[in-house]
Amino acid sequence: MENLIALLVAAPLLGAAVLLCGGRRLDRSGHWIGTLLAAASFVIGAVLFTDMLGKGADDRALHQKLFSWIPVEGFQADVAFQLDQLSMTFVLLITGVGTLIHIYSIGYMEHDERRRRFFGFLNLFLAAMLLLVLADNYLLLYAGWEGVGLASYLLIGFWQHKPSAATAAKKAFLVNRVGDIGLSIAIMLMFTTFGTFAFGPVLGATGDASEGKLTAIGLMLLLAACGKSAQVPLQSWLGDAMEGPTPVSALIHAATMVTAGVYLIVRSGVIFNAAPDAQLVVAIVGAVTLLFGAIVGCAKDDIKKALAGSTMSQIGYMVLAAGLGPIGYVFAIMHLVTHGFFKAGLFLGAGSVMHGMNDEVDMRRYGGLRTYMPVTFVTFGLGYLAIIGFPGLSGFFSKDKIIEAAFAKGGTEGWILGSVALLGAAITAFYMTRVMLMTFFGQKRWQPDAEGREPHPHESPKSMTIPMIVLAFGSVFAGGFFSIGDRFLHWLEPVTGHDHGDAPISATTVTAATMVVLVIGVAVAWSVYGRKPVPAVAPRGSLLTRAARRDLLQDDFNHVVLVRGGEHLTRSLVYVDHTLVDGVVNGTAASMGGLSGRLRKLQNGYARTYAVSMFGGTAVLIAATLLMRAV
Amino acid sequence: MSFPLLTATAALPAIGAVVTAAVPAGRRTAAKWTALFFSLGTLVLAGLVFARFEPGGDRYQLTESHAWIKDFGVRYDLGVDGIGVALLGLTALLMPFILLAGWHDADPSPDSRPESGGGDTGGARPYRWRPTQGFFALILMVEAMVILSFEATDVFLFYILFEAMLIPMYFLIGGFGDRAHAGTDDNAAAQRSYAAVKFLLYNLAGGLIMLAAVIGLYVVAGSFSLAEIAEARANGSLEMAGSTEKWLFLGFFFAFAVKAPLWPLHTWLPNAMGEATAPVAVLITAIVDKVGTFAMLRYCLQLFPDASKWATPVIVVLALVSIIYGALLAVGQRDIKRLIAYASISHFGFIVLGIFAMTSQGQSGATLYMVNHGISTAALMLVAGFLITRRGSRLIADYGGVQKVAPVLAGTFLIGGLATLSLPGLAPFVSEFLVLVGAFSAYPAAGIIATVGIVLAALYVLVLYQRTMTGPVKESVRAMPDLRVRELAVVVPLIALLLFLGVFPKPVADVVNPAVQHTMQDVQKKDPQPEVEAAK
Amino acid sequence: MNPVNYLYLAALLFTIGASGVLIRRNAIVVFMCIELMLNACNLTLVTFSRMHGNLDGQILAFFTMVVAAAEVVVGLAIIVSLFRSRHSASVDDASLMKL
Repeated sequence: MENLIALLVAAPLLGAAVLLCGGRRLDRSGHWIGTLLAAASFVIGAVLFTDMLGKGADDRALHQKLFSWIPVEGFQADVAFQLDQLSMTFVLLITGVGTLIHIYSIGYMEHDERRRRFFGFLNLFLAAMLLLVLADNYLLLYAGWEGVGLASYLLIGFWQHKPSAATAAKKAFLVNRVGDIGLSIAIMLMFTTFGTFAFGPVLGATGDASEGKLTAIGLMLLLAACGKSAQVPLQSWLGDAMEGPTPVSALIHAATMVTAGVYLIVRSGVIFNAAPDAQLVVAIVGAVTLLFGAIVGCAKDDIKKALAGSTMSQIGYMVLAAGLGPIGYVFAIMHLVTHGFFKAGLFLGAGSVMHGMNDEVDMRRYGGLRTYMPVTFVTFGLGYLAIIGFPGLSGFFSKDKIIEAAFAKGGTEGWILGSVALLGAAITAFYMTRVMLMTFFGQKRWQPDAEGREPHPHESPKSMTIPMIVLAFGSVFAGGFFSIGDRFLHWLEPVTGHDHGDAPISATTVTAATMVVLVIGVAVAWSVYGRKPVPAVAPRGSLLTRAARRDLLQDDFNHVVLVRGGEHLTRSLVYVDHTLVDGVVNGTAASMGGLSGRLRKLQNGYARTYAVSMFGGTAVLIAATLLMRAV
Repeated sequence: MSFPLLTATAALPAIGAVVTAAVPAGRRTAAKWTALFFSLGTLVLAGLVFARFEPGGDRYQLTESHAWIKDFGVRYDLGVDGIGVALLGLTALLMPFILLAGWHDADPSPDSRPESGGGDTGGARPYRWRPTQGFFALILMVEAMVILSFEATDVFLFYILFEAMLIPMYFLIGGFGDRAHAGTDDNAAAQRSYAAVKFLLYNLAGGLIMLAAVIGLYVVAGSFSLAEIAEARANGSLEMAGSTEKWLFLGFFFAFAVKAPLWPLHTWLPNAMGEATAPVAVLITAIVDKVGTFAMLRYCLQLFPDASKWATPVIVVLALVSIIYGALLAVGQRDIKRLIAYASISHFGFIVLGIFAMTSQGQSGATLYMVNHGISTAALMLVAGFLITRRGSRLIADYGGVQKVAPVLAGTFLIGGLATLSLPGLAPFVSEFLVLVGAFSAYPAAGIIATVGIVLAALYVLVLYQRTMTGPVKESVRAMPDLRVRELAVVVPLIALLLFLGVFPKPVADVVNPAVQHTMQDVQKKDPQPEVEAAK
Repeated sequence: MNPVNYLYLAALLFTIGASGVLIRRNAIVVFMCIELMLNACNLTLVTFSRMHGNLDGQILAFFTMVVAAAEVVVGLAIIVSLFRSRHSASVDDASLMKL
C-alpha cells in the first residue's frame, strides 16, 4: 500500500510536466489531461483512505522511502513520505477540492488561449502541495513549501500582461520568501539541536532539548506559517493575490495552500507544547489576524478582496486554535477542512458571478442577481450560511468548537482569546451578510464596463455549477458529519493528541453567545445594506473604513519603509560601488598616471638638461661617498 | 605506464585550439564545428575521468608525475581529488554549450569596421581577419588551462596556469565585445577595453602577490609539491612560524579572493561580464572564477590550516558582505548582464562562506555550489544573451511583455532565474541549503544573516523577470522570435541537468564527500555535535 | 714642483669643460668642452700615476685618448649630418627625442 504514496505526488507532477512541455499540440486536450490526473490522485487518495480505515487507530501511518536526496556527512535528507491521519485529511481535501476546481476551470478558462498552461500550473500546485503534506522530514516539506509558493506565483501572475497581476505575483512570492527564512532557520536549528530534521526523530526527542531552543524553533516555524497563511505581519500579499484567476483564488488562496501554515504548526505540535511562550505567540498572532482580516473584509467593495479578508480571518481562527495546544489542534484542522469546502464554494460562486458580469468585481455594481443566477445564488447562500456559523451547517460546528476551546484555555488568556473569537464571529456575520446583500439582493446597479459592453448576467455552464453544488453539499453537511460522535476528533487524536481543557463556562453558554453575536452581526449588516439602497459610489466612510480599504495601512507602511527605503539603499549602494569601491582602485591608477605625467615633463629633450642631471647626480654621489667616509 | 588520462583531458582542447586557429579564413563554419568537436571530445575524456575515479580510494587519483624544472624542484604533477573531478566535469560539460551559444558571436558583422580595442586588424583586410577562428580557439585555450589547473598538484605549475589563463581571457573580453551595449557606438570599444584592462590588472595584481607567496613557500618548504608540503605539514616535519604562515596564506588568499571575486575586490566582474559576450561572461563566472574558490579549498586550507582558521572570522564577514552587498546591487542594476554579475558576486559569497565555515556540510555544499552555480548561471546568462541579441540592448527598461511573444524564451529564462534564487527541486537549492546549514552550525549569526540573501535573490530575479517578460508587450519586442533549435539545444540540457541535480545530487555528492573529509582532516576540524542525540 | 698643482689645474679644466657643456649651444663648442673634460681626466690620471709611482694611470690615459678619438669620429659625423639636415649646429634645436 505504501508504494502508492509516491503516485499521489507523481500523477499531478506528470500532468504538469506533460502540459508545460507538450507545446501547442496539447492545447485542445490539455485541460482534460490535467483534470484526469488530478482525479487520479484523488482516487489513489481514496484507496489509501479506505485502507487506512481498515486498520487500528495507532498503526495507520504509512512510510515510503524513495531515495536519499542529499547525502552529505552528518546530513541525511531523504525523499521519503509519511502518510498518517493528518496527512490523509489534507490529501483528501487537496485532491478532492483540487479536482472540483479543475473541472470548474474547464468552463471558467474556456476562452483563454493559455488554458493548457493554466492546467499545467494547477497540476504543479497539486504536486507541490501533496509533497508538502506527505513529506516525512522538514527539508522535503520545505521543498513542497516553496513549490506551492512557485505555483502560487505562476498562477497569481497568470495574466501577466496586466502589470498589476505581475506585481501581485512578485509580492506574494517575496512575502512568502520572508516567511521561508523562518522555515529554513527552523530547520537549521533542528539540525544543530537534534542532528536531523525528520519528523519522527525530531518530534520524538523534543523532551531532551532546552526550552530556549524549542521556543526559537517554534517562533521560526510561526514566521514561516505567517508567510504562507497570510497572518499578521506577513498578510499583505493575500489581498493582491486575488489578481489571479478565480479558480486559483478558490483552490490556493482559500482552500489549500494558505492553510499550510496551520498544517505546519499542528504537525510540529510537540515542539509548541514544549515551548509555551511560542505557543502563546501563535495564539496571539491568530487572534490579531482574525480581527484584522475581518475588519478588512468589512470595507472592501471588490468581492474577491472581501472574501480574501474573510479567508485571512478564518485562518486566523485556525492559527488561534493551533496556538491553544492540544485543546485546539483537532478543531484547527476541522475548521480548515470545513473552511476548505465553504470558502472554495464562495470563491467559485464569486467567479461565477464575475463570469456573468463581464469580469466586474465591484459589488457596488452588482445587486439583485439572485433571479439571474439561481444556482450560484443558492450555492453561494449555503456557503454564506456555513461561514457565519448558521446552526447545523459546517461552520457552526467547527467555529463554535474553536471559540469553546479558546475559553477553555483558561485564565485571562482564555477570556481574552475567547472574546476575540466571539467578536470575530460577529464581524464575520456582518461582512458576509454585506457581501450577500450587495451581490444578490437590492437594486440592480450594473453599468457598462470600460469598453461600453452592457453586462448580461447569466447562469454559468454545467462544468462550473456542478463543482459549486458539490462544495455546497460539503459546506452544509461536513461539519455535522465530522461532529457526530466526535468522529473527526477520534480520527486525528492519535496524531495530534487532544485535551479537553477546563472551560470556565459551559459549551451551551458559548453556543448561545455565538448565536447572539451572529444575530447582531446579521442585523447590523441588514440595517446598513438591506433596508436602504446601496450607493453605487462608495461613501467616504469613517477613518477606520478608509484605513480598512487600504488594508489597514499595511501596504502604505511597507511601501514607505521597505520599498522606498530599499530603493534608496540599493541606489546609494550602486553609487558607493561605483565611486568608493571602484574609486579607490581607479584613484590609485589615476594618481599613478598623474605622477608619471609630471615626471615625464622632466624629459624635455634638451641634451643640456640631461647633462645637468648627470652632473648633479655625480656630485650627489661623490658627496654621499665623502660623507660616508667622514662618518 | 598507464595512459595519461589527465594530461590528455587538458591537451585535447589545447590541440583543438591550435587546429581551430589554423582553419582558413573563409571557412568559419568549419572552425566552429572543429571547436565543438574538440570540446565534445574533452567531455568524453572528462566522463572517463569521472568513471575511473573511485570516491573511496586514494585522495589523489590518476596521478602523473614528471620532472620539469629540476633546478627549482618544479614538477609536472597531476592528480585529481573529488573536488577536482567535480569541477573538471563542470568545465568540460559547460564548454560545448558555451561554444554553441556563441556560434554567431564572432561572425564578422555585415557593417564590420575596424575595432580599436580588439587587436584584430579590422575590415580593411578581410581576407586575413579571422575573428571566428580566434574566438573559438581562445575559448578552447581557456578550457585547457582551467582543466589543467584543476588537475595540477604542483604549486608552481598551478601558479603558471592561474596566470596564463588571463591572456586568452583578456583577448576574449577585449576583442569580442557584446554587440548590444548600453552606451553609444563610439564609447563601446572604450568601455570594452576598459573592462578588459580592469580584468587583467586586478587579476595580475592578485597573481603577483601570489607569486611572492609561492616563492616564499618554496624558501620555507623547499618544495613546490602540494602532496609533499601537506604531508610535511601534517606530520609536523615542516614547522612554520605563525607569522610566516599568515603572510603566505594572505598572499595566496588575496589572489583567490580577486579571482573569486570577494568583496571589496569584485568590481572587475560586472564590467567584464557586462562588456563580454554572454558565452564569455559564462566562461568567466561559471568556470574561470571557480579556479579561485577551488584554490581556496585546495591550497589555502591544505597548506596553511592554522592561518586559515586564524583568518576565518574576517573572511566569513567578507563573505557575508559579498552575499548581501552583491544581492542589493543586483537589485539596483539597470543592465541585465551586470545584474547577473552582481548576483554571481552574491553567490560567490555563499561559496566562500561554505568553505570557511569548515564543516562537512559547508564544504560539501560549497563544492556542490560551484558546480550548481556554474550550471544555473550558464542557463540564466545564456538565455539572457539570446534575449539581448534579439533586441540589441542590455537595458532592462528596453524590454517588456516578452512572455507574450516568446513564451519558451521567457519560460527558460524564468527557470534559470528560479535556479538562481535557489528554488527547491533545482540544483542550487541543495548546495545553498548545505552552505547555510554548515555556516549556521559553526556560526549561527552568519547563517541567519546569509538567509537574508535568499529573500534578496528572490527580489532581483523576480524584478528582472517582471520588468522584461511581463506586462504589456513593448513595440520594440513585438517581432521577437522565440528560441531557435540551436538555442534550445543549449538551454534544454542545462535545465534538465539543473532538475536532475536538484532531485538527485547523489552522484556528485558521493564524489565530493571523501575529498571534503580529507580537507576537514587537514584543518583538523570536526563538525559541531547536535545538542540532543535524536533517535535515528 | 708639487704634483698637487696639476690636480688643481685638472679640476679647473674639468669645471671649464662642464660649464661649457651646460651653457653653450653650439654643438661643436659643446664637443670641444667634452674633449676638455676628457683631457682634464687624463691629466688627473697621469698625475696620480706619478704620485703613486705606478703606470696604471698612464695606461688608462692612453685608453681614454683612443676612446676620445673614436668619439670624435662618431660625434663629428653626427654633428655634420645634423647640420646638413637642419642648417644649424645648436643642440637645443635637436630636442626631438622628447615626447
